[in-house]
Amino acid sequence: MRYLPHTQEDIQSMLQAVGVDHLDHLFSTIPRDCRLKEALDLPAPMTEWELNDHMDALAGQMPGPGHQAFVGAGRYEHFIPESVSYLLGRSEFVTSYTPYQPEMSQGTLQAIYEYQTLAARLLGMEVATASHYDGATALAESLLMAVRITGRKRVALSSLIHPLYRQTVQTYFAPTGYDAVELPYLPDGSTDLSSLSQLDDLAGVAVQSPNFFGVIEDLQRAGEEIHKTGALFISCFTEALAYGLLKGPGAQGADIVCGEGQSLGIPLSYGGPGLGMIAAGKAHMRKLPGRLVGKTTDLEGRLGFVLTLATREQHIRREKATSNICTNNSLCALAAVMYMASLGKTGMRELALLNHDKAEYMKSRLKQAGFAIPFERPTFNEFVVEFPKGFEETRKRLLEKNIVPGFALKDFYPELYDHYLVCVTETKSREAMDALVREVAA
Amino acid sequence: MNDSLGTTGLILNEPLLWEKGKAGRCGFSLPKRDVDPSPLSRELVGDGPDFPDLSEVDVVRHYTRLSQWNFGVDTGMYPLGSCTMKYNPKTNERQASIPGFSGAHPLIPESLCQGVLQVMAELEVHLAEITGMDAATLQPAAGAHGELTGMLLIHAWHQKKGAQRTRIIVPDTAHGTNPASVALCGYRPVPVASDDQGILSAEAVAGVMDEDTAGIMITNPNTLGLFEENILEIARIVHAKGGLVYCDGANMNAVMGMVKMGKIGVDVMHLNLHKTFSTPHGGGGPGSGPVCVKKELEPFLPVPRIVKQEGRYALDHDRPDSIGRLQAFYGNVGVMLKAYSYIRTMGPEGLKKVSQLAVLNANYIKERLKDTLHLPYDRPCMHECVFSDKFQAPHHVTTLDMAKRLMDYGFHPPTVYFPLVVAGAIMMEPTETESKEDLDSYIAALKAIAEEARTDPDLLHHAPRKCKVRRLDETAAARKPCLAG
Repeated sequence: MRYLPHTQEDIQSMLQAVGVDHLDHLFSTIPRDCRLKEALDLPAPMTEWELNDHMDALAGQMPGPGHQAFVGAGRYEHFIPESVSYLLGRSEFVTSYTPYQPEMSQGTLQAIYEYQTLAARLLGMEVATASHYDGATALAESLLMAVRITGRKRVALSSLIHPLYRQTVQTYFAPTGYDAVELPYLPDGSTDLSSLSQLDDLAGVAVQSPNFFGVIEDLQRAGEEIHKTGALFISCFTEALAYGLLKGPGAQGADIVCGEGQSLGIPLSYGGPGLGMIAAGKAHMRKLPGRLVGKTTDLEGRLGFVLTLATREQHIRREKATSNICTNNSLCALAAVMYMASLGKTGMRELALLNHDKAEYMKSRLKQAGFAIPFERPTFNEFVVEFPKGFEETRKRLLEKNIVPGFALKDFYPELYDHYLVCVTETKSREAMDALVREVAA
Repeated sequence: MNDSLGTTGLILNEPLLWEKGKAGRCGFSLPKRDVDPSPLSRELVGDGPDFPDLSEVDVVRHYTRLSQWNFGVDTGMYPLGSCTMKYNPKTNERQASIPGFSGAHPLIPESLCQGVLQVMAELEVHLAEITGMDAATLQPAAGAHGELTGMLLIHAWHQKKGAQRTRIIVPDTAHGTNPASVALCGYRPVPVASDDQGILSAEAVAGVMDEDTAGIMITNPNTLGLFEENILEIARIVHAKGGLVYCDGANMNAVMGMVKMGKIGVDVMHLNLHKTFSTPHGGGGPGSGPVCVKKELEPFLPVPRIVKQEGRYALDHDRPDSIGRLQAFYGNVGVMLKAYSYIRTMGPEGLKKVSQLAVLNANYIKERLKDTLHLPYDRPCMHECVFSDKFQAPHHVTTLDMAKRLMDYGFHPPTVYFPLVVAGAIMMEPTETESKEDLDSYIAALKAIAEEARTDPDLLHHAPRKCKVRRLDETAAARKPCLAG
């Protein structure tokens, strides 16, 4: 086996050094009735070439070239520069562990420090963590953080936060005894905060912008309403690229910002791995969950970086830790910083504008074709459209043509039957949009 | 040790990202604008993020230089205990990046995604077979996330029975994340000490197990690298009082094809695909922490479940007893593809060989070093062994000093000061992918360092000397944190 370097001779001489005469005897401390008698029932090994064929065949049962999915809803198709994929393949980054030994890990540490910096700047916050699993767990951890900071036991979430994020929060909250309530939405597709004043003991209130309908929320006003209750304002996002164009949540009063960074150079990969992001003000720095990299100096006064504030973490604080997270999504954070560095301020703005403008083009074409756009408020790169009754048949026809025309909202919002969330990023050409409109109008 | 691996060579200084570049540069090929601009209310628009503008060359040089300050498994031996830093096969990377997989959106219809669903369904079956369990979920994103999932399953199981409990037994040789995972579920961890053999005695468990205790969270093999020999009896005690047995399977690399945890009393366990199943650790993730369970816990597994209906794979969300969702989608699929590729490459005999050689390598190191370093538990180990700095203490040399000096010799240090049951612990896990020559040169380096500790301890106190930086001031970093530039 090519990954196992031992020759028969090596094995014999090592066994001799250990003082046993057979590999099986190395396991003598395992009681006999614990030991497995039969072989594992797994498929026979494949050569590298057989594996390539096998995996290519499986990948052949996936959407191929020419496939056009106008689907966002938490994961976004964006172009990824080859330079980012190439740099991310550097095995010094890929094959290293969590940087517990900083002298040998300055590459990862400086890169994560740079990621934290750019992430904080993108969101308009002072401090960002090294990464979390995904946007949904980042939200759950942010809400738990609000509970820790305020000592209160209830949180409220906008019903326009990604439904799968809200489900994740319910999972995290179920055994804790804390209450997670949902806030309704208004006919204009934004969050209805009017019930906040009737809720007591609120630790945090979370609002997503752009929200699940793609609508840009008035975060400034939301923050003011939320702060009146004494709760922390948690601003959530699923499309990080939006902040290349939109005002950052930090500038609008958010206490904690959390969400998904997959758009920043990370492939879709059927939903994972992504990049959970959490940012906050310095006042809450010591309450943050997860890893943090900090700047310091070495014995000779040279600049260097270390994992820091470890006293918040599980391996030191045990059951009193701010989170149980250990392995996070470090390499995805590296992808994000490489991507943000490649775009720069100029590129981020241009690309975000292009996403917005393309989505607006699509929206106007659909309107022209006679379809209703139920929520009139401004959107970024996705929006809701109402197709006529019986659209399900049209959709099936389109699927056969390798086009996914949007994400059906009815499973999460039963009142929105025939409503679809349509996403347009820079990967969709005008021709592809025109073709979709022709098909749905046909 | 005249020809130590560790040497010095030219690596380049590199400033912080934002100290480079010039406004107006861009390292990204902007797609052509084929639509007209569409105005957006000025109130909504920000100034644009304060990022530096860099060319593609700037970015490539920057991160290439940074990468050269790092040490990975591809650079050399990385014997971090309990981390299983084995070689990460390159073919796995190829498979995970096939566009059909890497470009698949998670919310497109299942009928279009049969390939990836087949991989995931088969991986669940393979992991259940390797652990001797009945079902698996791939959703948890890392080991600690798997622990949380396991605790939620135990919590839901007791809840369904109508009698919630308040405590979970956590031995002192368990992984560091365990108590925090227990606490997240509202349980109180009850510590239990291991015995003078470094393992858990049935009596110790019997002494604390009661009908208010939801179960036990046991790491097997434990963090001393020892197999929990009393596991059958411990499981019997826990089950008799209505509790469940959770196994932290981070150390599964020791016993593949040798022991099935499901056959020795374990009800629920997690695996770390980024340890046992060869996926790279990425400098701190992404990992993947699948959870395997016995039949009685299957109804509680996270949604969606992958099911096969009339020969087609589908996602089933309709599980009324499910604990819910652990993250937005189905887990770290990119990592699963690599682990699946590894299992298909190794086959049943290959995986068993992996564990045999991992255990051989650890025992070889233990035997060859036990005269050099103090070995608190002198008995056959599994995949890792734990020493201490007791022999070096008279020379005022600590575990940390030896760890830092190892860097100068060209090795990544072992895990240090863990497990907590050994003062000054040095925990070594060579893994099966290190050759005898590499082990010999690692052993020689440690012997040379032990000699230096006797003759020239300052060499160790001042180590490392050959890295990009010398020892860093961690106290200052924590006292006045600077977390962004």
